Amino acid sequence: MLRVTGLTKSYRTASENVAVLRGVDLALGASESVALTGESGSGKSTLLHLIAGLDAADSGEIRLADTLVSKLSDAGRAELRRDRLGLVFQQFNLIPSLTVSDNLIFQSRIAGRHDPAWHDELVDRLGLAPLLKRYPEQLSGGQQQRVAIGRALAPKPLLLLADEPTGNLDEDTADEVLRLARDLVVRTGCGFLMVTHSARLAATLDRRVNLHAGVIA
Amino acid sequence: MQLATLLIGLISATALWSGVQALNQQARTAYDRAAATFGGSRTAMLVSNDSATFPQKLFVDLRRAGWPVSPMLEGRIQIDGRSYRLLGVEPVTLPAEVGSAPAVARGSLQSFVTPPGEMLVAPETLRDLALGEGARPQANGVALPPLRVQPELAPGVLVVDIGIAQTILKLPDQVSRLLVGKSKAPRTSLDAVAGNKLRLVEPSAESDLERLTDSFHLNLTAFGLLSFFVGLFIVNSAIGLAFEQRLPMLRTLRACGVSARMLNTVLVIELVSLALVAGLVGLVCGYVIAAALLPDVAASLRGLYGAQIPGQLSLKPAWWLAGIVISIAGALAAAAVSLTKAIRMPVLTTAQPQAWQQAQRRWLKFQSAAAIAVFAVAAGLIWFGDSLIAGFAVLAAIMLGAALILPMILNIALALGERSARQPVGIWFWADSRQQLSGLSLALMALLLALAVNVGVGTMVDSFSRTFLVWLDGRLAADVYVSAASDTQATQIKAWLRDRPEVEAILPGGRADTQFADTPIEVLGLPDHATYRDSWPLLEQAPNAWVRLRPGDTCLVSEQLSRRMKLSLGDRIEVPAPGGNWPLEIVGIYADYGNPKGQIAVNFAALTRRFPQTPLTRMGLRVSRNNIPALITALQDKFGLDDRNVADQATMKAESKRIFNRTFSVTAALNAFTLGVAGIALLTSLLTLANSRLPQLAPLWAIGLTRRRLAALELLKTMSVALITALFALPLGLLVAWCLLAIVNVKAFGWRLPFHVFPLQLIELLAVALVAALCAAALPVARLARMQPANLIRIFANER
Repeated sequence: MLRVTGLTKSYRTASENVAVLRGVDLALGASESVALTGESGSGKSTLLHLIAGLDAADSGEIRLADTLVSKLSDAGRAELRRDRLGLVFQQFNLIPSLTVSDNLIFQSRIAGRHDPAWHDELVDRLGLAPLLKRYPEQLSGGQQQRVAIGRALAPKPLLLLADEPTGNLDEDTADEVLRLARDLVVRTGCGFLMVTHSARLAATLDRRVNLHAGVIA
Repeated sequence: MQLATLLIGLISATALWSGVQALNQQARTAYDRAAATFGGSRTAMLVSNDSATFPQKLFVDLRRAGWPVSPMLEGRIQIDGRSYRLLGVEPVTLPAEVGSAPAVARGSLQSFVTPPGEMLVAPETLRDLALGEGARPQANGVALPPLRVQPELAPGVLVVDIGIAQTILKLPDQVSRLLVGKSKAPRTSLDAVAGNKLRLVEPSAESDLERLTDSFHLNLTAFGLLSFFVGLFIVNSAIGLAFEQRLPMLRTLRACGVSARMLNTVLVIELVSLALVAGLVGLVCGYVIAAALLPDVAASLRGLYGAQIPGQLSLKPAWWLAGIVISIAGALAAAAVSLTKAIRMPVLTTAQPQAWQQAQRRWLKFQSAAAIAVFAVAAGLIWFGDSLIAGFAVLAAIMLGAALILPMILNIALALGERSARQPVGIWFWADSRQQLSGLSLALMALLLALAVNVGVGTMVDSFSRTFLVWLDGRLAADVYVSAASDTQATQIKAWLRDRPEVEAILPGGRADTQFADTPIEVLGLPDHATYRDSWPLLEQAPNAWVRLRPGDTCLVSEQLSRRMKLSLGDRIEVPAPGGNWPLEIVGIYADYGNPKGQIAVNFAALTRRFPQTPLTRMGLRVSRNNIPALITALQDKFGLDDRNVADQATMKAESKRIFNRTFSVTAALNAFTLGVAGIALLTSLLTLANSRLPQLAPLWAIGLTRRRLAALELLKTMSVALITALFALPLGLLVAWCLLAIVNVKAFGWRLPFHVFPLQLIELLAVALVAALCAAALPVARLARMQPANLIRIFANER
């Protein structure tokens, strides 16, 4: 479903060009969950951002199902994120001016993929029913991350991308959030690529891929 | 960015405030100069109880009785058809405290008092006369003494020895008043010497001109203050955000052992240094603004009050010092909340960059309650207040209340929008606008005030303009106006005109000066002719008012005199005249816009009987339209008259309209400045908010909204709140206009104008508000639309 081939990306600093990704090859099947690990600065988040279409690669190819992501325009990549991807970040990044309820339905509605039954199931399984009228700033970290997962899965994406989704949570909460995410991913049948530093959490997914100095080790 | 915003705010605030103060100071110096002219209101004086002239013998009697008095005779003369104030003084007895002028007179005492004497004039008067020093102009066929310049004199005043003045004014052995020196020598009581003929008028700290022009300067000061506060809004917004962004660093410093006092001292020193720099730049800008506006201010003061203001800006050191002080004080006031926060800052609390915005919400209810209280004060002032200050206080209260309640109104409007939205982006649009409100509310308040003042002043000026033009059409009823150089020339002109078939009527006119209830007034003579009966605009009139005017025992009074003296139809007044008091019944009240003095109009023949010294040099002519140019040319050729002495109705109307427009050009300029500063306030607020908005916008971009769409939404949000603000500003502005027309103008000028609404003007201002918002939002929105994805990704990135 996801195929990344020969992906390179570098950043220009004041004095030099820093190569972050030096030819990454990666494949991920439908319903497969993969943990992307590696030391700090190895390029994990950069790879995730390129797959999400948040940034453009220098060279190489990213193909998601029948779409060549690396050839899409800015508007095309925005459309891809809206319709086919779900994104979860470490800082939760919910929309602060909207209630939990509005945050949950935001992406599925702008994508035209709102499914009330699935929405109700998400609310139920994520335990968000008592929190629907609250604003993000009124929630704990674990609660916010559950909303973020719900929002990302509401449009039933092809691929869920998560960047250190448990990095800001304590161990118990992290386990609970990740268990919910895994269950829902299985329920929707989408792919799941998660960046994490935790070998323990990585071990709970189907496969683990290690990134070292910009290449898959 | 915060530094630039802070400096822009302080410079704008200081520049507009100090510019207005420079104009006020320049005018007040001119008033002082006028008041010091040979015993204006700054010197104690004895005047007759009936305000007429009195015999010189009383002066001699009082001197003998130990009174340190000096005689003075005052009147008006015409030179080349232009009216000047003639003062006759007695230089030997002039009290030392009268001003610097007597010293000059004493310097050349002999040439001043011995024939042909000297006529002291200000340099401006000499220029006005188009003559050089030593020249001897003519007045009423009499050669006046040679002119000599005395710079301390006020423009338009001619000073001669009292003996010469008595000859020129044909008032032998008469004096207008006696100036009283400050001698403490024993003196006989006034009653014992003069009986009940004279009374003592104590010196006043404020001249008549100062009192008259108070409203104008109050108006300028109000504009200056408004702009100053709008500037401080910018400063407050910039400092608030800068402090919040620096809180983590300040906490670190505190954790490292820096005391709160030391931290605050450093912050205050930093702020004062910036305020000093901004204050200096602001003062230079203020000087430029004042120099640019001075000609129009001078024209306004001349047109409205007859005050003469020199066209060259000269400023005292106090002005520079005050400008610096106000800049520093303003900066400290705007930073007070942030500085207090820095003092009380707990060392262990984690930084909350958005906390200050959130905290503003708690103020919303408090602000609304305060607004209602301020509106109640305004209502109380309308009901109980009866002064110009009360009028301005009503205006200030209404504007302050409206500014305070604006965030609540916006919040309600945006909440309604949110409730009615169905689409997720729509819901976010309204919800996010509400959240952004706390950061924008100060700038929006500034925009509201600037727009309301624009609507208010614009409506007042246009209402005035409409009324003035209709009034002018009726008032300038004759087709040609002639002002002869002397009575003799006037007689010759009339004789010549009687033989001209194209002249349908000669309408002689004249005016005399007198006092009524201790206030100088003009008595205007109107001939009994259909021209006046048909066109002269009357606000109120008794039946057959014009017919009843003929015998000379009735009069019409100007609106400002009727309001000031509480006179109405049927009232009887007594006007001091040379032959004794003139009893008159009021049969009409007329508008007399632009005249600072009270005026009464009487039958012309009656005027010349009661005031035999009235110059008979003015006349209006009824002429068929086609013959006007030829007649004017013939008059000029035959009698050597220039354009100042002969003018047709159209020229005079055009000149009046030009003066009218110039009078309000200062207001228009200040309006534009205020709106400009409000636009800058909005821009700086949006720019300072732009960076803190990224964490709110980045998730939407990640979810699938393009940067361009986000930028368009941001623009639309700014335009929406600006539109709501502008829509609220329209009724507020109309309320301001009503206050100006019904309260302030009546107290300041003595006339009340009809209130008109000009829908086109309102639509125009609505468009201006949206354009201002568009300009203010353009830069931050363009930056967002072109923002590199890397900057947005940074919001999500944990590592790179």
